[in-house]
Amino acid sequence: MKSHLLSTGDLTKGDALRVLDTAAELRSLADRPIKKLPTLRGRTVVNLFFEDSTRTRISFEAAAKRLSADVINFSAKGSSVSKGESLKDTALTLEAMGADAVVIRHGSSGAPHRLASSGWVRSSVINAGDGTHEHPTQALLDAFTMRRHLGDLDGRRVAIVGDVLHSRVARSNALLLSTLGAEVTLVAPPTLLPVGVSSWPVATSYDLDAALEKTDVVMMLRVQRERMNAAFFPSAREYSRRYGLDDRRFARLPDHAIVMHPGPMNRGMEIAANVADSHRSVIVEQVTNGVAVRMAVLYLLLSGADTTEHAAGEPTA
Amino acid sequence: MSTRVVLDRSDIARALTRIAHEILERNKGPGDVLVLGIPTRGVPLATRVAATMTSVEGVEVPAGALDITMYRDDLRLQPARALARTEIPPRGVDDAVVVLVDDVLFSGRTIRAALDALNDVGRPRAVQLAVLVDRGHRQLPIRADFVGKNLPTSLTETVQVRLQEYDGVDSVAISAGRG
Amino acid sequence: MTTYLVTGASLLGSGSGDLLLADGHLGDPADAPPDAVRIDASGLVALPGLVDLHTHLREPGREDAETVESGSRAAARGGFTAVHAMANTEPVADTAGVVEQVWHLGQTAGYCDVRPVGAVTAGLTGQRLAELGAMADSAARVRVFSDDGVCVSDAVLMRRALEYVKAFDGVVAQHAQEPRLTEDAQMNEGTMSGVLGMQGWPAVAEEAIIARDCLLAGHVGSRLHICHVSTAGSVELIRWAKSKGWNVTAEVTPHHLLLTDELVASYDPIYKVNPPLRTADDVEALRAGLADGTIDCVATDHAPHPTEDKECEWAAAAMGMLGLETALSVVQAAMVDTGRLTWAEVADRMSVRPARIGRVSDQGQALETGSPANVVLVDPAATRAVEPADSASLSRNTPFRGMELPGAVVATFLHGRATVLDGKLQ
Repeated sequence: MKSHLLSTGDLTKGDALRVLDTAAELRSLADRPIKKLPTLRGRTVVNLFFEDSTRTRISFEAAAKRLSADVINFSAKGSSVSKGESLKDTALTLEAMGADAVVIRHGSSGAPHRLASSGWVRSSVINAGDGTHEHPTQALLDAFTMRRHLGDLDGRRVAIVGDVLHSRVARSNALLLSTLGAEVTLVAPPTLLPVGVSSWPVATSYDLDAALEKTDVVMMLRVQRERMNAAFFPSAREYSRRYGLDDRRFARLPDHAIVMHPGPMNRGMEIAANVADSHRSVIVEQVTNGVAVRMAVLYLLLSGADTTEHAAGEPTA
Repeated sequence: MSTRVVLDRSDIARALTRIAHEILERNKGPGDVLVLGIPTRGVPLATRVAATMTSVEGVEVPAGALDITMYRDDLRLQPARALARTEIPPRGVDDAVVVLVDDVLFSGRTIRAALDALNDVGRPRAVQLAVLVDRGHRQLPIRADFVGKNLPTSLTETVQVRLQEYDGVDSVAISAGRG
Repeated sequence: MTTYLVTGASLLGSGSGDLLLADGHLGDPADAPPDAVRIDASGLVALPGLVDLHTHLREPGREDAETVESGSRAAARGGFTAVHAMANTEPVADTAGVVEQVWHLGQTAGYCDVRPVGAVTAGLTGQRLAELGAMADSAARVRVFSDDGVCVSDAVLMRRALEYVKAFDGVVAQHAQEPRLTEDAQMNEGTMSGVLGMQGWPAVAEEAIIARDCLLAGHVGSRLHICHVSTAGSVELIRWAKSKGWNVTAEVTPHHLLLTDELVASYDPIYKVNPPLRTADDVEALRAGLADGTIDCVATDHAPHPTEDKECEWAAAAMGMLGLETALSVVQAAMVDTGRLTWAEVADRMSVRPARIGRVSDQGQALETGSPANVVLVDPAATRAVEPADSASLSRNTPFRGMELPGAVVATFLHGRATVLDGKLQ
């Protein structure tokens, strides 16, 4: 694996499976009395959050702490960032503090790339969601959850439904799941599909009912009500009627199919309350799996040698 | 590079049978004994030793696996390693006599990591160590309770253990180091 | 004043000839006085001094990014003898006072003729017309009017501006960008924007305004100039408008002739510009349009920004690129070395036509006796790696950094005086 995790598009199938397999071993830790591993003792992970996201930050924090890393939470609100400090100066500060990994959430697409390629920091950069671009660890935990329920994803059908245009989760999942061999269909009104989506390794559809019949996974995306003010759709009611996973549509899913949502949900909008709470919904499990997947990512990025300081020849057996 | 086979299939079988008997003798029977192999090749060795003990005593001796990757002290020196499976038998390790099994005992660092890993799984009554080969050059105050074969080696030599389960053949060989 | 005798130059890229620069004009080389400074120009191409219709000099207001002096030094190094300074300064160049100040600063600096562009609307707010006539009548003799940076999107206001400038033979230079279609736009809307998760700037937002304004210009019989044309569709629309006989001209920037939106994948804001870098198909159409004359000229849209405005995340970064010092090299790479323009046509697109559009009477003239001695000598065989730190600009935001570009400006003469000799500012 590379020294950063910026986009799931950078992962080969081998890389992705390595993360998922590692996460599977780490997942068993959740059942042990002592959940902590000494692996990253003495290493520092900085959670650099320019956008509020309590759930993602807590998940990364738990993952880092279970690996015994020191965690520094750096939230843009109430810090010097809100007083106009630039990304560069923030990065230089973190570098001076000796951060080994920077987990960054930023409202601007590409900010993690910028951090990783600018030379401002030497640490590994992990994209925890950038603008409307990507959210790689969310996609990894989604794939992990799918594998626990469905086994190998090769040939599995996944429908990702909703505001694909503004969704970093959809982008990361489309790339990762197709790398893993799944057949992804993006389902959305035409206004909420990105221009150029035909070049993505996925199918698209405007018709949710048609897509549901044969799907193994249906992943509902959060739809922000504000979008209707920008004329992406006429009303919440119409959106819900055409693209919501309601009881009627849920009943038509294949028996083995699972329902996912990256959260936070708009119950009654893109997903009915009954569906969200049903036994086929794995939404709560996604959260649990998130910690294991983020542990795997931190382990694989941070435990490996800097190739420059590789010390060979020491007997280790 | 010259390679010399020091243990063949029957040598290995005899060594493991002897170790199984020694474990039973030391612990006065199979009660509370749990055999945990250290991946990769410690695991099939543990399974074989436990099977021998089971057939000798007529009592099921549980075997499992203990991955020590996350406890290694050289993680920063090498590319990230894939994790192996940890499988603790249902009885758990609390108050058990845990016999750790590995193929080669060398620096002792693996066993140090295994003791840490075991500590996070539970609290055994005692921990013992069985190895197929002890090649010396310890860097930590660790010794084996049960040894298949003591094999004096030079630091430049490599000891290679092959087992049916992974390699299709049972053998232990020494190779002269490169250069 | 020094008299120069340039010998053995390839005039407009063909043949070999001598040029006498005396008293600000070109004379007969046979009349060269014995004390004339001789410049051996064998292997060099002589062109009339370049004229830029689109330069941001940032003064007054952002003297940390560029000043009239630093910008005109960069212009001279790029082979320019005239630049049009855009109106989006602070304060905006929307009164006779501001345009005269910029004009005087240019005169004082003395590196090229600085022709101020006047704002179309007061404060660039798109609400009401600026005092266009006062600026036209001022010492700066403004003939080009533009709200560049923002579009004159109100159709009625645009129509009135087009009509009004007829009184003094002015031209309205439109920054064609439909504002509602480009809210929060970050890059070209297309495959790359979808992949990179960035708000797109669709080609139609440029083309819709160009179509409307061509129709307006045709309707009221006025001169319209389109700034920084960036899409294949725009080229087609302009070709169509010209075929109707309407008085429409257009410019393309060097960066739109060479760079594509693939570069945005680096998320490096050095590639952030407005209008955005487009696709390879657009680049091809722009080159074809410039070659066949549909696009009249190359204009740099030289847009200096201080380091901190580019050393940040993409969305927070300023839009714009340096262009003056690399323009001729980029045109050579994109158009001359590819066989699409001769050097004579380069002179047409970078000197003659922009001077004509801007009504700059003493620029863009033929290299013949009696013409103003505005001349640039280019070594087309030279190559150089672009090094931002070498720039005469106060800013460093060149998207060509590190690229090997052909051609080098060896000398620039402004009204007979050398502003650049041996590649060095005088």
